[in-house]
Amino acid sequence: MMAFQHSHASHCESGVMSAILRHHGLPISEPMAFGLSSAMSFAYIPIVKINGLPLVAYRMPPKAIIKGLQKPLGLKMRFETFRNPAAGTRRLDELLAAGEVVGMQTSVFWLPYMPADLRFHFNAHNVLAFGRDTASGDYQLSDPVFETPVSCAADALQKARFAKGVLAPKGLLYYATGKPSTPDWAAVIPKALKKTTRIMLEAPLPIIGVRGIRRLANAVEGLAEKKDPAQAKMFIGQVVRMQEEIGTGGGGFRFIYASFLQEAAELLARPSLNELAETLVDIGDEWREFALSAARMIRDREALATPKLADKLRLIADREQAFFRDLRRAA
Amino acid sequence: MLASEVPQEGNATLGGHRKALYARGADGRLQIVQSAGWEVEEIVTRQAVDDLNRLAEDARQRVSAGLTSALEYHMHKARMDVPLLAQTTGLWQWRIRRHFRPAVFAALSTALRRRYAEAMGLTVDQLNKAE
Repeated sequence: MMAFQHSHASHCESGVMSAILRHHGLPISEPMAFGLSSAMSFAYIPIVKINGLPLVAYRMPPKAIIKGLQKPLGLKMRFETFRNPAAGTRRLDELLAAGEVVGMQTSVFWLPYMPADLRFHFNAHNVLAFGRDTASGDYQLSDPVFETPVSCAADALQKARFAKGVLAPKGLLYYATGKPSTPDWAAVIPKALKKTTRIMLEAPLPIIGVRGIRRLANAVEGLAEKKDPAQAKMFIGQVVRMQEEIGTGGGGFRFIYASFLQEAAELLARPSLNELAETLVDIGDEWREFALSAARMIRDREALATPKLADKLRLIADREQAFFRDLRRAA
Repeated sequence: MLASEVPQEGNATLGGHRKALYARGADGRLQIVQSAGWEVEEIVTRQAVDDLNRLAEDARQRVSAGLTSALEYHMHKARMDVPLLAQTTGLWQWRIRRHFRPAVFAALSTALRRRYAEAMGLTVDQLNKAE
């Protein structure tokens, strides 16, 4: 097996999968891993609360990328969880000793190399282990959102892997058992595109996809009357955090997906996908403008005007609706 | 977003790290560009951290006033809430709330203290004091 190569990515799960695939001899970029698993989405789920604020997500649920890449790439991933933390650590050591690179689900809060301000109790952060330092006993980790590999003490890693709460990782380990193969791009890419358009345009629940964005717009609009300004600001701050802070490549994954479309245009020799990528970059820029005005309102550089933010979201929803209809035709 | 527009204004909450964003290069292709930080992100991250710190500071003052136990302070300091602390320790939520009463907390067994300390990554000595 060749020596492991770390590379910097914008999102943890697509970064981990791109690194595992590359290690197994199939060089797939992070945007390709993200797009091929149809990971882009939108969801506004008011009944699931994080620190008392509704869940907003710009992508499919955790593990969607790992699982979604199996079929198109003929890849077999093995997942293992553990009831006993010591057993989970032992198994990790066995796999590393056998020369495996191992993906793990962890809680950001317990990873000591994370900057203190970013250590929230978020349980679905993916990192790769590729070795263990024999002298110190520290694990060598490839955390895709960091520029270089990091090391992590054994007890800290065990705590991070066995954190409790929402999306508790239960020590989850995953690794490739079959060898991935270069797919028939002309078959797998259109399929992945169609799946994304289906989720964005036709999800059966009004909180997913374009309708989810409109529903969020309505909730943001009503904030000013229902809640005091501090609470309203926490709400819009949460939306912006999910869009930018948590490693989305900017614009709530819209730029990374646009990059996937450019790659697809080349592989399939379909220039129309390049034009769609341009449109999606513009939409990503609209999301960034939304984030900018939300942040200005949070800091009182601009008066708190939730209807203005709601209008921006509706505009984005309209543009995304038109975009995904065009994408469906192009697929 | 053009590669030249990727914010490089710095973001203290990143602790000196740079993050990878996708932006358009001169050839029109999207590529990874390292960003030293965007003020917008710094504002929203600080907002969340400040809110958690406010809860901890508020609890600390109530500990000094004898209104709650050091346990509540440490829970907020560890950025947890009662449901998460309950799941991490395996104790009922009502039992944890009861341990917020200073008199009840003072009489807590060492075994229970160790369980709380372990769950929040503290030593028992640290757990006993709100500082």
